Amino acid sequence: MVADVNTSSAGRRAIPENPANNLAIAGIRLPVWNKILIAILLVVAVIAPFFLEDFDVFQMTYALVFAMAILGLNLLTGFNGQFSLGHSAFFGIGAYTTAMMMAHWEVAFYWTIIPAGIVCLVAGFLFGLPALRLEGLYLALATFALATAMPQILKYHAWEDLTGGVQGLDLDKPESPFPDTLSDDQYLYFIVLVVAIILFICAWNLVRGRTGRAMIAIRDNPIAAQTMGVNNAVYKSLTFGVSALYTGIAGSMSAIIIQFVAPDSFTFLLAVTFLVGLVVGGVASIPGAIFGGFFVLLIPNISEAVADMTGRTDAKGLSWAVYGLFLIITVYVMPSGAAGLVRLLVGKLARRG
Amino acid sequence: MTKLRKIAIATTTAATFFAGTAMAGNAPGVTDTEIMIGNTTAYSGPASVYGTIAKSISACWDWVNETGGINGRKIKWVSLDDAYSPPKTKEQIRKLVEREKVAFTFQTLGTPTNSAVHKYMNKKKVPHLFVATGATKWGQPKTFPWTMGWQPNYQTVGAIFGNYILQNYPNGKVAVMYQNDDYGKDYVIGMKRAMGDKYAMQVVKEETYEVTDPTIDSQIVSLKNSGADVFVNISIPKFAAQAIKKMYAIGWKPAHLLNDVAASISSTYKPAGIEKAKGIISVDFYKDPNDPEWKDDPDTNAWRAWMDKYYPGGDKANKMNAYGYAVCHTMMAVLKNAGDDLSRENIMKQAASLHEVAIPMLLPGMYADTSPTDFYPLEQMQMTRFDGTRSVRFGPLISAETE
Amino acid sequence: MEYFLQQTLSGLANGAIYACVALAVVMIYQAIDHFNFAQGEMAMFSTFIAWQMMQWGMPFWLVFPVCVVISFAGGVVIERVIFGPIHNAPVLSHVIVFIALFSIFNSLAGFIWEFTIKPFPSPFPEKDVLGTNLIAMHELGMIGITLVMLVMIYLFFRFTPIGLAMRAAAANPVSARLVGISVKWMLSLGWGLAAAIGAVAGMLIAPMVYLEPNMMLGILLYGFAGAVVGGLTSPGGAVAGGFLVGVAENLAGAYVIGSELKLTFALVLIVGVLLLRPAGLFGRVVVNRV
Repeated sequence: MVADVNTSSAGRRAIPENPANNLAIAGIRLPVWNKILIAILLVVAVIAPFFLEDFDVFQMTYALVFAMAILGLNLLTGFNGQFSLGHSAFFGIGAYTTAMMMAHWEVAFYWTIIPAGIVCLVAGFLFGLPALRLEGLYLALATFALATAMPQILKYHAWEDLTGGVQGLDLDKPESPFPDTLSDDQYLYFIVLVVAIILFICAWNLVRGRTGRAMIAIRDNPIAAQTMGVNNAVYKSLTFGVSALYTGIAGSMSAIIIQFVAPDSFTFLLAVTFLVGLVVGGVASIPGAIFGGFFVLLIPNISEAVADMTGRTDAKGLSWAVYGLFLIITVYVMPSGAAGLVRLLVGKLARRG
Repeated sequence: MTKLRKIAIATTTAATFFAGTAMAGNAPGVTDTEIMIGNTTAYSGPASVYGTIAKSISACWDWVNETGGINGRKIKWVSLDDAYSPPKTKEQIRKLVEREKVAFTFQTLGTPTNSAVHKYMNKKKVPHLFVATGATKWGQPKTFPWTMGWQPNYQTVGAIFGNYILQNYPNGKVAVMYQNDDYGKDYVIGMKRAMGDKYAMQVVKEETYEVTDPTIDSQIVSLKNSGADVFVNISIPKFAAQAIKKMYAIGWKPAHLLNDVAASISSTYKPAGIEKAKGIISVDFYKDPNDPEWKDDPDTNAWRAWMDKYYPGGDKANKMNAYGYAVCHTMMAVLKNAGDDLSRENIMKQAASLHEVAIPMLLPGMYADTSPTDFYPLEQMQMTRFDGTRSVRFGPLISAETE
Repeated sequence: MEYFLQQTLSGLANGAIYACVALAVVMIYQAIDHFNFAQGEMAMFSTFIAWQMMQWGMPFWLVFPVCVVISFAGGVVIERVIFGPIHNAPVLSHVIVFIALFSIFNSLAGFIWEFTIKPFPSPFPEKDVLGTNLIAMHELGMIGITLVMLVMIYLFFRFTPIGLAMRAAAANPVSARLVGISVKWMLSLGWGLAAAIGAVAGMLIAPMVYLEPNMMLGILLYGFAGAVVGGLTSPGGAVAGGFLVGVAENLAGAYVIGSELKLTFALVLIVGVLLLRPAGLFGRVVVNRV
């Protein structure tokens, strides 16, 4: 029951709402709108870095990285109904794969992205196999344990030579090949943007195709899906793998951007961050992941600024209380995430028109 | 999408401002009336116990500003929370350097966090001063000429313990417990350096713990079982207090060498039970304001008066507020010496030419000293033995030089 | 042999911590069919309230019940005020609110009481038990209180009308509503009870690990592990699971893997038990009818 993330909790017998369907309906109703929206978004994404300071470009890049990781989690949780609190682990594995390749074998950063994704695909698939037998809360727990144990595994002394142990690994920043037209930050931004676009298009095709229908069917009613000939086991563990691949690629990009990996970077709190981004953006919404990425990057900073406005030095630590309030308000205002809110508004507009 | 556009509009105006930042003259963030200093620390997250250092430094700047500033300039202190997460540190440091345009950063907390910005600061040539960590890697003037530590580094302390064992327990069996991170491991490296081959011969058992461990009882039991008669305890106050309590409970009474991080009457010995902490040997470099030794010490009294006036919310029993006060005075000395030439180069140059500068709250006889080839401001320490009420200093000031 | 005994006993003492938390985890699970990730922080906050009252000079045995009552009321209020308006929101939105509560309590505790460790008094005398130093009086007392709580919970759910109503509301809300049970109030009651048990757990744990805002961070995982190992549907199983995890972790640390991989051991244990016996060692196997 709990596995079904779209079910309301109080009315436990409520009929699962299916956002993916709604989205499709909205898409059919307003295809032009959607296309125009996407086109504007892309143009802004391409032009914006030329009008922004390097620091803003860096922040946008990192928001995109979060968006990719959240998208990965969304494939698993939103579309397949498997609950994970452990995606920080895959993010970490991806980051470490890239870092180790760059630091030890001097591989150029762009050659490390795909291997990082593949390593995570395998890791996710392997973790997904036992996870097959786990549902809902139990899976949440197992992944929670994975996230908590990950830093300890990363710094274990047996592979210290590879991982840098507790010290982590230091990387060199990839430099822009066209320093006159593109700063290093802009260069990295465009690399991440291209990767993100590819991942988003793939995700879009995946969930709208045969595979996606199977994934959603399993989420909504696993037994019915099985009777209709969907191989639940294969789809569930594959979804786990693909989801880890997305998050791992995001992790790989983060290592390149931050130029440093350490066990402390991949704690359970990171997994929580992804989950917040997922829900705030909208469960089972692909564009929602972008909103989620910006939300989890910007809201903590805004919270800090709000706490600072009190002007008291000792109010510093209160920023997380402010963050908590932001989260509660967000859930009140948009219980189904940003995507849900947009759907609601678009629906109202369409009805009026 | 609207978000993107908002950012775009907000910052196109900012971009026009940004056009000219020549490196001539004073550093960015320095005006005729103000010096802007940046800082990141852990106001939240697993290391938030250290957040009070930055708060006491903030109070220190309030005091400086109220008394006329430094060479007529007031200090603007911009301190951001990084929750002890390296990627967040990178983001916050970039914000400080590129958005806020601070002159330099000061007392940024933590080893992994500072590691994440180590290269960045040196590439940008922004002074990365007196970082709040005792790792040894902060003193490499050749490769990282813009980064400098402050406190005696962990390896030095480890080496002091190693030498102490060689001299006093040449045949002792040693048990070591350390926190499983860079901080814990650095001490062990120092011990190994001092003891050489003897380390492997004398150390009969090593145990580690994670900051997230609920208790370390199991580690203490297994260390006792090793039959060791010397215990080197490298842990933060919470676990040091647990260890002292558990050792007492199971009747294990080795010579107990406790690292400086936890050598505090109020944060370790009192919570553990003061009588159980009797006999603990440690090292220190600054005054524990809670120690009766400093009850009538004019230096400590001045600190107390300052705490009352400028940081009334702070805990006067907390040693870290004395740490913040002392490091703030080191920074003041650098800025005073820099005079009116507040270019980044000169600030770094002054930081690297402190000659036996007296700093309040350091133990008597200690001073800060640097040179263009010596980026370790504080290198002296003194051993202490807790006699049940105070930490009695013994032996000479030890000045372990670091290569 | 003495070493083995000592490790086992210190494991039991740790296990008592996990058992307490596991019990609170199972309680809230029974009431809301979900985990509350803010549970540890709520327990920590309750413990700070107790500490504050003692700082004001109130004696332990007065503070203890007062704190339990305050926590109970706090739990009910949180459910009513914060979760009331979003009863119909998706479960994941509830999880976000748990996360929000987590950061609010952690942040507030640090703001009010700072992050330095605080000794928390134990109600039990500090002397040797039965002439041995193998286990402290507090640890023994803690095990005792945990077992007493367990019996009380059992009796409450088994024999009191409210307890039965709560079980009915959790098991089948629609039918429960039909027979006149206020499902909403039962939810609030469940929150209150879980918060109260959390407060007891916090006050028992604090003397062992010292009170500070991040006190429960590491413990929660082990509490969950205990609950899963024992079975989420069985309070007794959760307590047994907590002890089992404590002892197994210590023995594994002492003899097999060393202390460096203790958390990883908890991970393996959770996944292992879930694979072999998904309902936990003592849990009921729930069969879903289609």
